[in-house]
Amino acid sequence: MPQNYIPIFLFMLVALAIPVVTLVIAKAVRPDNPHATKLMPYECGIDPVDTARARYTVRFYIVAILFVVFDVETIFLFPWAVQFKMLGWFGFVEMMVFLAILVVGYVWIWKKGALEWV
Amino acid sequence: MPQWLQSVVDYVTKSNNTPGWYADPVASAIWALIYIILIFTGVSIAVIAMNWLERKILAHMQVRLGPMRVGPHGLLQPIADALKLLIKEDIMPDQADKVVFWLAPVTIVITAFTVYIVIPFGPTHAVTDMNIGLLFMLGVSSIGVLGIIMAGWASNSHYPLMGSLRSSAQMVSYEIAMGMAVVSAVLMTSFKGGGNFFRQIYGTGGASVGTLSMIGIVRAQEAQQTWFLFKFFPLGLIAFFIFAVAMVAETNRAPFDLPEAESELVAGFHTEYSGFRWSLFFLAEYAAMIAVSSIAVTLWLGGWMRPFASLHGPNVEIPNYWSGGAIDLAFALVPALTFFVLALFAFIGTVRMPKHRAFRVQTIGLAGFALALGFIGLVLLEPHVRDRVQDIFWFSLKVAVFMYMYIWYRGTFPRYRFDQLMHLGWKFMIPTGIAVLILTAALGLGS
Repeated sequence: MPQNYIPIFLFMLVALAIPVVTLVIAKAVRPDNPHATKLMPYECGIDPVDTARARYTVRFYIVAILFVVFDVETIFLFPWAVQFKMLGWFGFVEMMVFLAILVVGYVWIWKKGALEWV
Repeated sequence: MPQWLQSVVDYVTKSNNTPGWYADPVASAIWALIYIILIFTGVSIAVIAMNWLERKILAHMQVRLGPMRVGPHGLLQPIADALKLLIKEDIMPDQADKVVFWLAPVTIVITAFTVYIVIPFGPTHAVTDMNIGLLFMLGVSSIGVLGIIMAGWASNSHYPLMGSLRSSAQMVSYEIAMGMAVVSAVLMTSFKGGGNFFRQIYGTGGASVGTLSMIGIVRAQEAQQTWFLFKFFPLGLIAFFIFAVAMVAETNRAPFDLPEAESELVAGFHTEYSGFRWSLFFLAEYAAMIAVSSIAVTLWLGGWMRPFASLHGPNVEIPNYWSGGAIDLAFALVPALTFFVLALFAFIGTVRMPKHRAFRVQTIGLAGFALALGFIGLVLLEPHVRDRVQDIFWFSLKVAVFMYMYIWYRGTFPRYRFDQLMHLGWKFMIPTGIAVLILTAALGLGS
């Protein structure tokens, strides 16, 4: 039913219009008198010491990499789940092999300490 | 009557249509627009109501009164807040990335609302029915992370950046467990159950096929005469539990509200936002909460099905009003009764108002509110409205339970530490999710 996707575009148009229109209305009615102190980044009243675009911990990067691996794997599960009855034992065994490989990788990253957050 | 108007009327009055795009483009566009407008107004009203309810319920949990000044029992407080935000100065830090700073709230609002396209409020009450509805929903809700990263990065300030990094790490970690739980629910749609209704509609030959269509998933629960929550007890329950925890983490709510941890990060990724831009984040957060609750209701709690849907009771005949089971009739009257009870509460509140002339406007307002609630109850008694609206009522009631749980968590649980959060997500939820998935598939082979 590809034609059932058409309402998405209608919906997206309305969804785009609502924040844009409200922001424009808000711009028309609100006061606007900025000055230098007001426009500084908020640091609980202290002048910011350095730029915010500094280095941050590599843990976030590891989480992102692991997420890509596991999420792509979840996407593979969806078509299998829909066709589960049709594929029967063959599909079940195939998917168990796939999951077994994934679990080996999971145990490996656990042992490597990639899941620790210290 | 022109052709398109006739088909719109047909669609609104008949209860066996499936939402979608039909041969008549004008009529289809009008149906879609009706539901789009209903969804936007409905969700906005729900967000306003949630704002009031959250403050009141949290306050009462902490033995406070909560808002009491603006309107009777603070009922108009959310509206006063919205007006305040509208006329509040909007500050854009001069070191911010202007374009991205402007785009971030718009992105978040669009993604939070787009999820509602496929949510089936009833068998006919949805904007459209897609064959990949569930996948679409998961995909769109993941884009919300992008908006949060954009907001944190564009602000060029320490707290927002840290908040958005935490938020995205948390959301992607719990998305995996969430995906596992969702796949086990999709597996259940192809299993055998009490009836064969599902295979008559969607079946192909002997083997039944699963479905990713949101309406199809609820139809599968109807056909199997069970909510997936109770399927293969306790497997359905565990999958539901994983989803219920992951959805709190996905929406950055307490006890997983680290991205907005007030004591450490001021307000997390939206620290630099003020005025109406900030209120767009607020709107998106609550819209996303309602959306994930709706997914949970659709997948495990039978969507629009009423409780005990397989019981009908002895036949009852009321001329011009009802012919069918007595239990069906009892449940069909619940929506109207709910509104009458609400009207009664509002009426008691009116009577108990202080008899001082300073409260006269408030008393009249509350009496009007009670009358409006009673009137809605009367409208819901009308046979056509009753039959068309009760699906929406049961769906909304189940979602409302989740919304209450959200507030309850916030009033009860202390915030997690970040390493505990990641530990729970990666070392407990994901293995449990895989185990539930494998067990469901193994049991499903035999059914």
